[in-house]
Amino acid sequence: MNWAAVVAIYRFEMARFFRTLAQSFFSPVLSTSLYFIVFGTAIGSRIETIEGVSYGAFIVPGLVMLSVVTLSISNASFGIYFPKFLGTIYELLSAPINFLEVVIGYVGAAATKALFVGLVILATATFFVDIRIEHPFAMAAFLILTCLSFSLLGFIVGIWASNFEQMSLIPQLVITPLIFLGGTFYSITMLPPIWQTITLFNPVVYLVSGFRWSFYGLADVPIFFSLLAIAAFTGICLAIIWWIFKTGWRIRS
Amino acid sequence: MSTILSIKDLRKSYADGFEALKGVTLDIEEGEILALLGPNGAGKTTMISTICGITMPTSGQVTVGGHDILNDYRAARRMIGLVPQEIALEPFEKVINTVRLSRGLFGLGRDDARIEDILRKLSLWDKRRNAVKELSGGMKRRVLIAKALAHEPRILFLDEPTAGVDVELRKDMWEIVRELKANGVTIILTTHYIEEAEAIADRVGVINSGELLLVEDKDSLMAQMGKKHIEVMLAEPVDAIPEVLRHYDLTLNGAGESFVYSYDIHGERTGITSLLNDVAKAGLVLRDVQTRQSSLEEIFVNLVSGEQA
Ligand SMILES: Nc1ncnc2c1ncn2[C@@H]1O[C@H](COP(=O)(O)OP(=O)(O)O)[C@@H](O)[C@H]1O
Ligand SMILES: [Mg+2]
Repeated sequence: MNWAAVVAIYRFEMARFFRTLAQSFFSPVLSTSLYFIVFGTAIGSRIETIEGVSYGAFIVPGLVMLSVVTLSISNASFGIYFPKFLGTIYELLSAPINFLEVVIGYVGAAATKALFVGLVILATATFFVDIRIEHPFAMAAFLILTCLSFSLLGFIVGIWASNFEQMSLIPQLVITPLIFLGGTFYSITMLPPIWQTITLFNPVVYLVSGFRWSFYGLADVPIFFSLLAIAAFTGICLAIIWWIFKTGWRIRS
Repeated sequence: MSTILSIKDLRKSYADGFEALKGVTLDIEEGEILALLGPNGAGKTTMISTICGITMPTSGQVTVGGHDILNDYRAARRMIGLVPQEIALEPFEKVINTVRLSRGLFGLGRDDARIEDILRKLSLWDKRRNAVKELSGGMKRRVLIAKALAHEPRILFLDEPTAGVDVELRKDMWEIVRELKANGVTIILTTHYIEEAEAIADRVGVINSGELLLVEDKDSLMAQMGKKHIEVMLAEPVDAIPEVLRHYDLTLNGAGESFVYSYDIHGERTGITSLLNDVAKAGLVLRDVQTRQSSLEEIFVNLVSGEQA
């Protein structure tokens, strides 16, 4: 393993983040506050509690997931798309590094940034509602795994995309709808039975459900399935990335 | 001297089926400067990209310091520094950080003294904290060189380092190349400027349409360039060179209306006087006389056009 290269990539990617640290910090604080004002106050005043948890507190895990998933994808996809776009990828291709090292560097940095924002949102939320974390280790594990797996997905998007339009295609057309329909702002038990069944095909349901379970002990689907879902998702992304580097798809002609 | 880079029957076909390298074989000696001369589209960049790992070879074998570029890519690539043809840099990053990144990518730990040394040599030290986008084009090219040198490579590829660069900067670039050579770095540069090959190369390779047409010491090419040709045009065409003129090794042109005599300008005697005397003795009447000097350019043009014919 060329760990020096992994560290070099990670540092270089994080440097960009630190250049705009204030922005990275305040924009999630602002958007979270807005969510609480809109959802927590306006809707929360009509929906009092869901299974004993106040609506404001209930949506916190979903809010964190929403940001973390979106950010992981955009961080990682832009992280690898820019070198392609600028041509600086020549250096990655001609360096004594393998796919694993490149992925650890880029995905690690993207996941770190998303994790940071996730924690900022969580901290902001405590100013608005009372949050209880019943299973802190499970909470941390879900959060980190989500950051990593969606950063992997973002990495694939960044390699696949050949223009800026395509970069926003997957996040906007696939991910955002899945997240909004994935029980982020409601419990799927609130849906008619037929929709509950359909929803079970949405992988985000398992993520949000597992994450919420780690807070309040409430889950839409058994926690075991949540773990299985995220493990399978991570595995698929890794397999695709391994194949990309093996064949040089879209990077090495 | 020993061979540091060995290329055997290297072929490269792109996905669209285009064969950009048609079996290139070449050995490069440690410490030399080799200039690869060829027109646009000859395959120079493809050759470099294949050796460096940016594109995959279709067939053939390349070893760097004895390490195969595919099976032993880590060891092979550690020895190589690459300055690409196009300027490709992260615009918002500081100069020194992009150079540090390069060193790290090649597996080496941070070494501020080494980086300072490289940046000073390339006159970039004062600009180290500037964002790349604030630099001029020539400075950016220097940053690319600094990046390529950050891991102390033993072989440096410079892909058209002076294309679109003004005269002064070109001279600077040549100076940098000479200094690197003095430090024992092997240099392979591509160019389509013949003067550039003349000015700095030890050996010159001519490449066209994916084929290496010639690789020769620059000095022996220069010796060929030292030849001058005198063309003698006759009033009346002849069928053959007259017997008395045979030993001049003349070449008869076209329909016999002129012949060419070649001589070495460095030679003690040119033989022109005796030739002209003998021409008169043979009873030939001169219409006109013209001289010209062969240049690397001419050799190059002949090779390249002969190839296309
Ligand atoms: N990715 C590619 N796909 C298809 N053809 C290519 C590709 N890159 C280069 N070529 C073709 O290969 C030939 C050699 O190109 P190149 O190596 O860039 O030449 P040079 O550097 O000598 O100007 C050209 O005809 C070019 O069009
Ligand atoms: Mg080229």
